[in-house]
Parts: sequence; structure tokens; C-alpha cells
Amino acid sequence: MIAVKLEPEPMALPPDYLHAKQGPMSWLTTTDHKRIALMFYGAVLVMFLLGGVFALLFRTELLSPRRDIMDATTYNKLFTWHGIVMVWLFLIPSIPNIFGNFILPLQLGARDLAFPRLNLASFYVYLVGATIVLSGLFAGGTDTGWTFYMPYSENTPVTLFPVVFGIFVVGISSIFTGLNFIATVHMLRAEGMTWRRLPLFTWSIYATSIILVLATPVLGLSLILVGLDHVFHLGVFDPATGGDPVLFQHLFWFYSHPAVYIMILPAMGVISEVVPTFAHRRPSSYAAIALSSLGIAFGGFLAWGHHMFVAGISTLDAGVFGIFSMFVAVFSAIKVFTWVATLYRGDIVFSTPLLYFFGFLFLFVFGGMTGVAVATQSLDVHWHDTYFIVAHFHFIMVGGSLTSFLAAAHYWFPKMFGRLYSERVGLLAASLVFMGFVLTFLPQFLLGNAGMPRRYYSYPAEYQWLHVLSTGGSYLLGSAVLLALGNLALALAYGARSEQNPWEARTFEWLSPSPPPEHNFESPPVIDREPYAFDLSEEQIRARAFPG
Amino acid sequence: MPAPSPAEQFATLERQGATLRFGMWLFLTSELLLFSGFFALYGAYRATYSADFQAALHHNTLAYGSVNTYVLLTSSFTVALSVSAIRRGAGKAASAWLGLSALFGLAFLVIKAAEYGVHIHEGALPGHWYRFREAPTLGGARFYTLYWITTGAHALHVTGGIGVLLWLAWHARRGRYLPEYHPTFEMGTLYWHFVDVMWIFIWPIFYLT
Repeated sequence: MIAVKLEPEPMALPPDYLHAKQGPMSWLTTTDHKRIALMFYGAVLVMFLLGGVFALLFRTELLSPRRDIMDATTYNKLFTWHGIVMVWLFLIPSIPNIFGNFILPLQLGARDLAFPRLNLASFYVYLVGATIVLSGLFAGGTDTGWTFYMPYSENTPVTLFPVVFGIFVVGISSIFTGLNFIATVHMLRAEGMTWRRLPLFTWSIYATSIILVLATPVLGLSLILVGLDHVFHLGVFDPATGGDPVLFQHLFWFYSHPAVYIMILPAMGVISEVVPTFAHRRPSSYAAIALSSLGIAFGGFLAWGHHMFVAGISTLDAGVFGIFSMFVAVFSAIKVFTWVATLYRGDIVFSTPLLYFFGFLFLFVFGGMTGVAVATQSLDVHWHDTYFIVAHFHFIMVGGSLTSFLAAAHYWFPKMFGRLYSERVGLLAASLVFMGFVLTFLPQFLLGNAGMPRRYYSYPAEYQWLHVLSTGGSYLLGSAVLLALGNLALALAYGARSEQNPWEARTFEWLSPSPPPEHNFESPPVIDREPYAFDLSEEQIRARAFPG
Repeated sequence: MPAPSPAEQFATLERQGATLRFGMWLFLTSELLLFSGFFALYGAYRATYSADFQAALHHNTLAYGSVNTYVLLTSSFTVALSVSAIRRGAGKAASAWLGLSALFGLAFLVIKAAEYGVHIHEGALPGHWYRFREAPTLGGARFYTLYWITTGAHALHVTGGIGVLLWLAWHARRGRYLPEYHPTFEMGTLYWHFVDVMWIFIWPIFYLT
């Protein structure tokens, strides 16, 4: 007997990407950019928590002026591990590899990245690299600081090679990902998706990818040379055989200064999506934000010398590098003003991602202004290698990236998982993250200005009260991050089902169902308008994403 | 054999081919930046130890470097012949040309190894291992340090390139590349040309001037 269907089913949507295929192998061998993004999500979060634990351990040691729970070598190792894990295993891959991977094709109207298998390879290369780094660290290695300065790195008694080799491998993963994003943006934009219609997050990921592809190989090279110097005494940078240790700093910062923008540009991209959505306004200047991303990517390559003002570069060089560094601040300021202007007369909904933006704004502007200050030689000589620098780069690079990472985690949570998190807990956690962060690092500005050098496990007693404040702040920050992530983890299982577009966002990625089906779009979409104008009704949206 | 269909993320086969080409050029840009690190090191140290570098350079046997340049350039020529063979639809011929190119690549490595043997014998080794009597200077030690790491990294790339050529030859033999669609083949051979071009810059700075 044949049942005749009189009407088509009302919700004949294909299964979402989480349920399209079943079983662990369907994840481990997937080429779906959304699933790879989630695998990165898991791996990167593990690194984040690990790096946080290292920080809490050495902050605990700093509670009192003398030795408490660890000796000097252990302390040196812990701040090194914290830096290495946070910079190379968390911050650099975090937003690009998770949210870039997930959102970029959706924003472009593409069915996947240009090279899906390369994307999967990037994940496994990252895993292998991270494993090598961690095993190197846990096998007792590396007390050089995350910057591996010579000649100490050649002579340190602890192991070094596995760590730098692991970072080199992770770099290969970064290059694969950056290359994939650039190719996707160039070649896989949907019909009608012109360059001037690219969403701002995509612009920032594009700018980031350019840095990844151009700067990572130089870093990989210089770190491998440091490793070889350490193991085989090649003496590439060793003054004992005529080498130049400052040359290492040049090569290292030629990458690692742009790497700061690898961390902050995607963060700016997230902010550029969050602000228009929750202000219910278009960005007050699309072109200003998009072009300043490219300006930062370009200008970031010309600023590396400001790390070497006291390392023996000439006064003229230092002045030139200082001025180039300030250009980057100009581009950043353009962004800040544009975001704030977007809020002006907006219909603002006070939500968790937007609260992270307010935290971001303070940390980024404060960190940025202190950055302009240390870009001048006269001030930098005083602050160089003190806690002032530590506080400065944590404010701008970590504060900026961390708040945006959490903003993105909340903003795209319904898109990625189809569920809603608890807004109250989210708001509470965002406030605590901000308070913890400021409490941790504001005292460090004061410590640095008072003369406390970085990387010491003991200090004169008059610094103690500021250290205690800072350590207290770090505990608060750690708990707040756990609260934010715990809120999201609970929502994965127990969160209410989300609508397709719970924020009434106006960008294109919200036109596909949340969570999206395996292939994103049933038929190639056609983009017919500006990027922040997709405020259509539910029916129109469905008709557009699934014609017929 | 029917024309292949594009992967799901591409609208057309042309688009897919163009994307592969674009991706490969991006990858080569990244590789170029890697080698630029070696060249920057060379430039910086040569500026410091100009006379020592010139003295050390003349201890390098011109014949080894020049014969190797000749071998590598010839291999690029035979690789180019393999591409035109693919365009004619002659997969077996293409495979044979690539096999020959891989042999040239191997010859390059053998000559390089022989030259390394001479350097080891002379004590022209990097860094702390430097015992070269004919140029007992700090600059000489610098020069040979850079010589070893630069040519060593290049030799690794040649080895990888030989692997790529053999892989392409295997698939060309089985007729995987169509005359009208073979971007993978072209991009693999492009990698070989890149390795060759890098040597054209390494050769003068370590052997000629």
C-alpha cells in the first residue's frame, strides 16, 4: 500500500552538521569546516586552561617577596610555559581557527573552505605540534621566556629543541589555515558578494591570514635556528663565534610583532560584528573598519624594532620604528571611533557579547595608549623589561583577544549549537572577567613604573601589596573565565533551543539555519545588498536560503 | 575517461583549477619568506664581515656549485617538457620526463653530499665545529655556518621536491591528469621550479662573488 503525500512536510530542512553523520570517525575524518572548527575549539580550550593554570601557579609564588612554593628555575619555567602555551597554542589559533573556520564560509556564502582536506590537515598538524611542545615542556624544558632570546637560549641547561620544533610545526598549521582563508575569500565568494560587501569579520580574518602566510615562515626559521644552536652549537646567533644576538631579535620580532596583530585583528573583527548587531545599526563607516584592518596588517610589519630600543639599535632607527608603531595606533583609533560611533543613537540591547565589547574597549584603548607611550624611546628606556611592559601587552593583546574570544563564543553560540546560554550568568561572568583582568594588570603598571623588573620570583618588600592585588585579580579572572565557559558548557546540554537568528543580526551568516546543515546552503546563494542589511523576515530568509 | 566534476565547494572545474593555482602561489610566497630569512641573515653578516666572507667564499669549489646549477636547471627543463607532454595527453611520456627530472634532482643531492664530504674533511663546519685552517676567522665561521644551514634547508626542499615529482610521475603514468584539466600536475611542477629558482640565488652568494 502506498501512502500518498498530499502536502510537503512543512520543515523539510536537511539535518544540521552536528547530526548529519554519526560516530567518532565521522568527526575525525571530516572535511566539514564547521566540524573542524569545533575540534579546534576543544583543543584550543585545553591549551587555554593549561596556560591559565601555569599563570595562577606563578602568581601564587609572587604573593610574598621571598621563595614560597617554587625555586627560581621552576618560576622561570612556569612563566615561559605560560607564555608559550598562551601565545602559540591558544591566542594565535583561537579566533581564526575556531570562529574564522566556522563563520568565514557562511559569511561568504560558500559551501566550505577552498581546501577542506588542507583544513583537516591543519588541525592534525596543530595537534602534533602542540603535543611536541607540551611534551618538551613537561620533560623539564625551557626557561628562556617565550621570546627565546640569545645567547641565553643557546646555553640554558634545560631542553629546548622539542619546544621550538613543536612551535615550528604549529606554525605550519597556521600557514595552511591562512592560505586556505585567503584562497577562500578570493575564489569562493557567492555571486554578488563583492569585496565591498564582505562582512567586517571576514575582512579582519583576511588581513590576519596575510600576516600568517608572510610572517610565520620567518619565525619558524629563527626558532629552528635557536634550537639548532642549542643542540649542535651552530652559533648562528652566538657572540662567542662572531654571531649577533640582536639579529635574532630582529628576525624574531619581524614575525612576532605582526603576530600581535594576528591575535588582535580577529578580535577586532568579532567586535565589528557584535557592535552593529546589538546596537541595531549599520557600522558607522564600513570602509574605515575594513581598510584599517589592512592598514594594521601592513603597518604591523614595519614596527618590530620598537622591541629593541635598548638592545643597541641606533637612535635614528629607534625613532623611525617608534613613528611606524604610532601609525598602527592611528589605524586602531579609527576602529575604536567607528565602533563607538556605531553605538551612537543605536537601539542598544545590553547583552553578554556587548558587555565583553565594553570591557574590550577599555582594555584596548588603555593598552593602546600605553603602547604609544612605550613607542617613544625616552619613556621606553625607563619601562623596558619592567612590569609596565608586561601590563601593557597583557592589556592590549590578551585583554583585547580574550574579551573578544569570549564575545565570539557567546555571540555565535546559537549559530554553532542552536541553543541559548543563560544571559544572566553570561553577564555576570563578563563583568567578573573584566574586573579580574583589571585587578590583575593595573597594579602591574604601577609596579613597573616603580621599577619592578619582569621575570623575577622575588622582590623588595615594598612591592608586596601590589603583587597581592595582582594575584588576587588573577584568581578572580581565572574563576570568571571558568564561570563563562561553564555557562556555555551547560547550555550545550540544557540550553533552550535557539531561533535561527536570536540576536536579530543583519549579517549573511544568520540566513542559514542555526545550526547550519552540512553543506551550509542548498543552492548557491546570491547576495544582493550591503553586508549589514539582511534584516528580513523569517519567511523571506528561508525562501532565500532554500529556494524551492 | 570522463571529465572530472568539481568538488562540492566549487561551481565549475575552471574555478577549482584557478583556486588550486592561487593556493599554490600563496604557498610559494610563504616559502619565499622562509628563504628570505636565510638571505637576510647572509646580508646582515656579510655587511659585518665583508672581507672574511669574500675570502671564505673563494675556498668554495666553484665547480661543485656550477655543475649543480647546471644539473638543476636541466631538471627544470625536463620538468617543463613533462608539462607539455601532459597537455598533449601523453601521460607515459610525462611520467618518463619526470622520472628523468627526479634523477637529475638525485644527482644534485649526490654532488652536494660529495661537496659536504670535502667540507667535513677540511673542517669547514658550522659554529663551534669550525676548524677550517685556510680561513681561520670569525667571518669565515659565520660564512660556513650560513652555508650549511642555507644549502641544507635547500637540500631538504630538493628532497621534498623529488618526492613530489615521483608522486606526479606515478599518477601521470596511470592517466590521472587530463590534457584539459591538470592543475595538480602543473602546481607540483611549479614547486620544483621554485626550488630551482632558490638555488639560482644561493649559487651566486656562496660561490661567485
